[in-house]
Amino acid sequence: MSEETKALESMIGEEYKYGFTTDVEYEEFPKGISEDIIRELSTRKGEPEWMLEFRLKAYHAWKEMEEPSWFNATYKKPDFENLLYYSAPKKKPQLDSMDDVDPNIRETYEKLGIPLEEQKMLAGVAVDAVFDSVSVFTSFKEKLADAGVIFCSISEAIKEHPELVKKYLASVVPVRDNFYAALNSAVFSDGSFCYIPKNTKCPMELSTYFRINNMDSGQFERTLIVAEEGASVSYLEGCTAPMYDENQLHAAVVELVALDNADIKYSTIQNWYSGDENGKGGIYNFVTKRGICKGNNSKISWTQLETGSAVTLKYPSVILQGDNSIGEFYSVAVTTKKQQADTGTKMIHIGKNTKSTIISKGISAGQSNNSYRGEVKIGKKAHGSKNYSVCDSMLIGQECGAHTFPYISSQNPSSSVEHEATTSRVGEEQIFYLMQRGISEQDAISMIINGFVKDVLKELPLEFAVEANKLLDVKLEGSVG
Amino acid sequence: MLEIKNLHAKVEGEDIEILKGVNLKVNAGEIHAIMGPNGSGKSTLSKVVSGHPEYEVTEGEILFNGEDITELDADERAHLGLFLAFQYPVEVPGITNKTLLREAYNTIARANDREELDPLEFEDYLIEKLNVIEMKDEFLNRSINTGFSGGEKKKNEIFQMAVLNPKLSFLDETDSGLDIDALKVVSDGVNKIASNDNAIVMITHYQRLLNYIKPDFVHVMMAGKIIKSGDIKLAEELEAHGYDEMQKELALNGEAQ
Repeated sequence: MSEETKALESMIGEEYKYGFTTDVEYEEFPKGISEDIIRELSTRKGEPEWMLEFRLKAYHAWKEMEEPSWFNATYKKPDFENLLYYSAPKKKPQLDSMDDVDPNIRETYEKLGIPLEEQKMLAGVAVDAVFDSVSVFTSFKEKLADAGVIFCSISEAIKEHPELVKKYLASVVPVRDNFYAALNSAVFSDGSFCYIPKNTKCPMELSTYFRINNMDSGQFERTLIVAEEGASVSYLEGCTAPMYDENQLHAAVVELVALDNADIKYSTIQNWYSGDENGKGGIYNFVTKRGICKGNNSKISWTQLETGSAVTLKYPSVILQGDNSIGEFYSVAVTTKKQQADTGTKMIHIGKNTKSTIISKGISAGQSNNSYRGEVKIGKKAHGSKNYSVCDSMLIGQECGAHTFPYISSQNPSSSVEHEATTSRVGEEQIFYLMQRGISEQDAISMIINGFVKDVLKELPLEFAVEANKLLDVKLEGSVG
Repeated sequence: MLEIKNLHAKVEGEDIEILKGVNLKVNAGEIHAIMGPNGSGKSTLSKVVSGHPEYEVTEGEILFNGEDITELDADERAHLGLFLAFQYPVEVPGITNKTLLREAYNTIARANDREELDPLEFEDYLIEKLNVIEMKDEFLNRSINTGFSGGEKKKNEIFQMAVLNPKLSFLDETDSGLDIDALKVVSDGVNKIASNDNAIVMITHYQRLLNYIKPDFVHVMMAGKIIKSGDIKLAEELEAHGYDEMQKELALNGEAQ
């Protein structure tokens, strides 16, 4: 191994910085899963009968399903009987201001450098912070309410807007869609609900921070975003978790619905604990994210920066049902140490003149494994549809792996599918070239990687892009020997 | 300015020496040309002097303004004022020329306790330097060498040289792959940069470059050594008789191994 590679590995393999826990009291709840547990969970959350029915139906479906194993990753299966399916801070405050938030929680956010407070507000971002399972803080509600936008926790939406939740929940990701989606449907703890009414541009970017902070607590977030005709919204999701030894399961479901001429942009930065040098610990990130361009001329765009988790299985997808609808997927997935990521997208073209773009950048270092898995399907009636895919992989060192699994099927001869893929190594020549110009080795590496991911990061909303760069820097920072 | 003493070097991890005892002295205000056939070690010499990590110095030393730089990293050598115009300039997608140059310029300035330039000042400085090489300003915002033609890449190297204003520049086959018009532009640029305060070492196969950039000294390199030094006449001799003949002649005189 050359000096460059070693330096690169030491930089990329940086210890997780956010390894600390917050001392918050938790309400006790029995471990394991059963009908009784689900009833108890639903009761504690004060849910209506129809929601309980939904959960029980999902639970019975899940019990009949098998855990999938078709992906390019190996890990110790979670023990579903030993998980905690509900946790919430003991004090459930009704908060008017940040001052009312538990100081420990605030401190956690501060340690993370999350500009939850003034900075965000000055930037015009409403923050719905999810601390474990219960939303503890929601801001800018009034301004959003003035615009007619509903932005609240999914638990609140179930009570306050049951007709909307009933109509759209599981309409994009059916209860039986997959093993983890079924489990989520049965036990989802909380999450966000967002509804943008007709012809409304959401007056601010919506942001939620998810955080896992309870040993053994599976996190089952549920997010539902509906953009009515002519509505548009940009939603930002970012997360990071403290260091624990036990693997923690995260099986979220995110559903997006875009009606005629609606536009949804969903951006994610994911930086959960990825385990130690030996692959011990770390989050299992098994997420189902899917959007449907239900209306004509609608658009859904997924952008993600995935740097954390021990195992990631995640395929944010778009069903292009409306004519002229557009689906986009921009992804940077970084794996280091023994991380395993199998991620990509599905673009299902159903309507006429539908277009999809996929830009995927994978960076693998250490002994990690990074796979892109993408499916492009063009249906019989999707006349004149187009897909353009680029999947680039960058390898750092000799022990990591990068794989590309494109699945393409077109049933319509008037449509076109274009797929490009490249694999490169961070070259000594590139590093030498930049160093010859006076740039330090560390900055040279950082420049090369930033250049590699630029096409994706530029899709992030500006203030989020700053955080993304910061995260990449943290991931890359370290001493050069 | 530069003094190379009995320099031996090999590719790290391999046994075969590529440089087998190179001696060279370059003073400020001088232009040198190193000529030689393929595989003679010319390009290796430029890489070893600029600190390419692939090579290992096994014997000898490189002095730069009296300081032994043999063990310095490439960026530290750059801070001292060493520049290499690459034979094959490297593409770095996603990073613009401008970003690289500002980063490089300010890093070198910091290392030398000189004032850094803010983005606006730097922009003005760059525009001024563009004239040296007749480059359009659109080059500033393109990714480093990405999708550049061969000629554009070589011009870009000389542009970078103009911007960074090094004390000593190695030009590694800067003329190769250039048509006659581009060669003129590049040579003009180098001549504009050359001054009494800096020095230039050109590495080339062909005498043609020397018609445009007049060297004070010409060296012939073969089999990892400089076997003959002289003035421009040596280059003319080479052009007329070729390397083979010179090698034979030297062998007869017992000067080459």
